[in-house]
Amino acid sequence: MSQAPPGFLAHQDGDTVAVAVRDLPAGEAEGGYLRGPDSVRVTLTEAVPLGHKFALTDIADGEHIIEYGVVVAQATAAIGRGDHVHVHNVRSVRWQNSVA
Amino acid sequence: MAEQRGLTGFRRPDGRVGIRNHVVVLPVDDLSNAAAEHIAAVVPGTLALPHAYGRLQFGADLDLTFRTLIGTGTNPNVAAVVVVGIEPTWTNRVVEAIAATGKPVEGLAVEGHGDLATIAAGARIAQQYLQDASELRREPVRRNELMLSIKCGESDTTSGLGSCPTTAEVVDRWVDAGGTVLFGETSELTGGEHLIAQRCVDDDVRKKFQRIYDDYLGAIEAQGANLLGSQPTQGNIAGGLSTIEEKAMGNIAKTGTHPVVDALHPAEAPSRPGLNFMDTSSAAAECITLMAAAGAVLHLFPTGQGNVIGNPIEPVIKLTANPNTAQTMGEHVDLDCSGLLRREYGLASAGERLLAVSDRTVNGRLTAAETLGHREFVLTKLYQSA
Repeated sequence: MSQAPPGFLAHQDGDTVAVAVRDLPAGEAEGGYLRGPDSVRVTLTEAVPLGHKFALTDIADGEHIIEYGVVVAQATAAIGRGDHVHVHNVRSVRWQNSVA
Repeated sequence: MAEQRGLTGFRRPDGRVGIRNHVVVLPVDDLSNAAAEHIAAVVPGTLALPHAYGRLQFGADLDLTFRTLIGTGTNPNVAAVVVVGIEPTWTNRVVEAIAATGKPVEGLAVEGHGDLATIAAGARIAQQYLQDASELRREPVRRNELMLSIKCGESDTTSGLGSCPTTAEVVDRWVDAGGTVLFGETSELTGGEHLIAQRCVDDDVRKKFQRIYDDYLGAIEAQGANLLGSQPTQGNIAGGLSTIEEKAMGNIAKTGTHPVVDALHPAEAPSRPGLNFMDTSSAAAECITLMAAAGAVLHLFPTGQGNVIGNPIEPVIKLTANPNTAQTMGEHVDLDCSGLLRREYGLASAGERLLAVSDRTVNGRLTAAETLGHREFVLTKLYQSA
């Protein structure tokens, strides 16, 4: 555990989003997986605050968002790798009446 | 590290073990709050538990109020109880149920006496109980004799990444030791309820769990509502959580890896050691009040954005992996595990740190919430009173 602190962490291999663990500016960011040392580099298209998510892959409008290895949301717009992912571009799959 | 680290507690007459030694003045109803609070003011060191209900309730809602009040009085963190109600019948119902555990308890009805005579009589009893309780001594206890409860609040994505998995480490250790752990938050399982159903120990428990969950979902749908704006909360969203499903996965991350041995109704005392699900609201004060009423003596509370919750009789240990919260709300935080997100240490080490704080709290160290006077005691109301 001697490496530099990660800028972001993803829960599981196969997740399509990762979480910023400090405020990240737009541009190059380096992070990894919660239970592994793997280094991942992503170019953020915009600033991502601590605790917020961004896409690890391109995600089509309507496609499921995978985090913790399960479906946690659905895209409501096309999302590019490195884009901020939040209530402006995803919605609950479960609360079907929701308008977010 | 040895599982047994010199844990101590108060063994009650029914054999159950507590980690605090409160003398409680328990109102049966809203009308008796004033007398109860005055008794506690006359005898400093006793603890009044005012609440908003207890009149004209009926059916399952009344049963839950009784179960909560009786469970609070019988919780092993409580040494003795003075019960105060407006009239004798319901007062005696609470007194008799607490007396069945062998714990010192007496009841007072206000009707026919007035507040002042009730306060005088109640203060004399409370004084005696407090002096008697002060002579009770801690003795060595085992982890499996201490009922643990867990519930998170003001969650954000750091909860799912850090504070909830840290809690899971302790939950697994507690269950490994033969202990009982309660988790709840029915609404916050949404999107991950199938994962809990899969972990149920057998089909009977799975059916009980599924029935509770389906009833909850039915109640939401009957309102023509969804929980947008409530679940996730505005605080959750500010912290980066986007949907109920995502929040649920963080919630479930704190339950560890063991099977779910039972699915309980609100405030129902568990009968099986291991990880128990209880049907509760996800509102912190309501949830912890129900868990304490079921007999839990220590609570672990992961938070992201910074919930300040406490409980009058069950110490609440708060932990956060959010470095901003640890800094700006440090006086509410018993364990800062944000180093996990900086990879300064791993999950096993974070779990050790939380277990150490838990054991010190068992042995008498006051939590942040206890020192700041957070005593949220909130009854769960199922529906309108008559």
